Amino acid sequence: MDMKVEKKKLNLKDKYKLLTRDLGWEPSYRSKDEIYPYVKYEGLKVHDWDKWEDPFRLTMDAYWKYQAEKERKFYAIIDAHTQNNGHLNITDARYLTALKIFLQAISPGEYAAHKGFARAGREFAGVGTQVACQMQAIDELRHAQTQIHAMSNYNRYYNGFHAFADARDRIWYTSVARSFFDDSMSAGPFEFMIAIGFSFEYVLTNLLFVPFMSGAAYNGDMATVTFGFSAQSDEARHMTLGLECIKFMLEQDPDNLPIVQAWIDKWFWRGFRVLGLVSTMMDYMLPKRVMSWREAWEIYGVENGGALFRDLARYGIRPPKGWDDAEKAIDHMSHQLMLGLYQWSFGTAFHSWIPSDEDMDWLSAKYPATFDKHYRPRWNHIKKLAAAGTPYKNFGLAKLCQCCQLPIVFTEPDDPTMLCNRETTYKGEKYHFCSDGCQDVFEHEPEKYIQAWLPMPALFQDQQGDIGAWMDWVSLKDGTDNGDYAGSEDQRNFQQWRGLATSNQ
Amino acid sequence: MPVTAIREYVGVPRDPAANFHGKQLVYVSWDRHLLFAAPFLICLPPETPFRELVEGPLKALMSPDPDAAAVDWSRVEWLKSNQPWTPDFDASLAANGIGHKDQLRLRTPGPNSLSPAA
Repeated sequence: MDMKVEKKKLNLKDKYKLLTRDLGWEPSYRSKDEIYPYVKYEGLKVHDWDKWEDPFRLTMDAYWKYQAEKERKFYAIIDAHTQNNGHLNITDARYLTALKIFLQAISPGEYAAHKGFARAGREFAGVGTQVACQMQAIDELRHAQTQIHAMSNYNRYYNGFHAFADARDRIWYTSVARSFFDDSMSAGPFEFMIAIGFSFEYVLTNLLFVPFMSGAAYNGDMATVTFGFSAQSDEARHMTLGLECIKFMLEQDPDNLPIVQAWIDKWFWRGFRVLGLVSTMMDYMLPKRVMSWREAWEIYGVENGGALFRDLARYGIRPPKGWDDAEKAIDHMSHQLMLGLYQWSFGTAFHSWIPSDEDMDWLSAKYPATFDKHYRPRWNHIKKLAAAGTPYKNFGLAKLCQCCQLPIVFTEPDDPTMLCNRETTYKGEKYHFCSDGCQDVFEHEPEKYIQAWLPMPALFQDQQGDIGAWMDWVSLKDGTDNGDYAGSEDQRNFQQWRGLATSNQ
Repeated sequence: MPVTAIREYVGVPRDPAANFHGKQLVYVSWDRHLLFAAPFLICLPPETPFRELVEGPLKALMSPDPDAAAVDWSRVEWLKSNQPWTPDFDASLAANGIGHKDQLRLRTPGPNSLSPAA
């Protein structure tokens, strides 16, 4: 009779060792420099790759199991959302503007992060790092896919979703997020980790995802809320990887400090500019608002970010250089950018609108020092122009920042009545910037940023200024995808369908 | 090094004048008149007389501002690349030294209806 043998189970520590660290080997017929050609040129000194800790100790087999489980739950809810006419349960179709911007500008960023982490996983020389990057690469790919799936039901009913990939590549405001990710992906692996793993995933991610997911919950968008829950456990792992990576760099060699600090300065500022889009969403685009951009900044920027930089002070890290300028911009940026999005709305694949009196009262309560003084008079004038039958459209387009690629809408840090004009000449060509922060980034690596594809100058190079031809090229349907929400097909349809669902008309 | 790279690396600028089909870009903004969210981007041939830039695209773009009609153009103060500068209205952009991607700013002493009182 055979004896029943108890199957031996590995304890977690052994399993982790076998499935990560033991996967590496010492190369014998090629040098490490040949195998990992990109780990030295950024100037970072690494003495012992094994010092990279992975606090999650997640192995690939467990990873697949967890993710598959989450995937099943996610798609079950998405199916239910579709079957139960989830597109009618949102507070108001104005809410969709936030979703459209997210889909066109941010979801492609998830895909870019996937490519970036796949590459970082190949280029870093330590096994722990490689496995952690590989998992994050798969997470990011999954996030891009699940976001697109979560929003796909809205595409059946509403405009502006249908060509998000073209918008990502070609329309103007998306180039803000795209250039951010392109910049990180064309940097070395260590800078990439500071850019995405630390600055974006750790310092700034809460300012993007918490308001966005709460905004979805407040506005009845169950599809997006479900995505948020499904991604949440990944985000915790990503934040840990980001923090682990910065500690690793700083502990390996004291010479790494100035390099890491310069990257933190750069990527905080670049990330802060991308968040300009989020500020307009929080203050203007959500029919039912969660909190103001100022309130979100207090919690996730000042409190959380402040605590983080106090922790990092023991390594000699100081808060990012642009922190004070950021603080000065908080009460102005959403208003300045939204005025732009409204006046250029003929060129956006989403709708914008003039805030109602009630909206303006809310803004004035949230921004008592700035809104009534600076911004209400402008909106009131725009309202007057619309009432007179001459709605304001600014066909002057805009000067763009060579670094962040946003239109130059921001004012001097200490004078909200003066636009911030910064310029430099490099090899005989003139370049313009929205801020000292963006100019600093350029001056550090001009050969990189002179190659930036700026969508507005490109319109005069490629379409010779023909806006109609440009709209065709970016797959923007004029009169349908763009312009004021008031009078749009989205508004009409939403009211009609909701009416059918909730009354006997 | 002007870029962190594994070997010498030279970038190619994306927006040189040669790419604009015989035209150039000029950026113009009206100081402290912030109904206009950003400086205007105007694309026209360098032979264009300065007066035509003002009378044509610039006045049209400025017209939504409630103070636009009241601007006394003989008293406008101009800045080019953030330095005080005086244009010759009858000379071309090129003769005025307005290069590709130059930024012009104008300041008007008159009213500023949409701006907070100082």
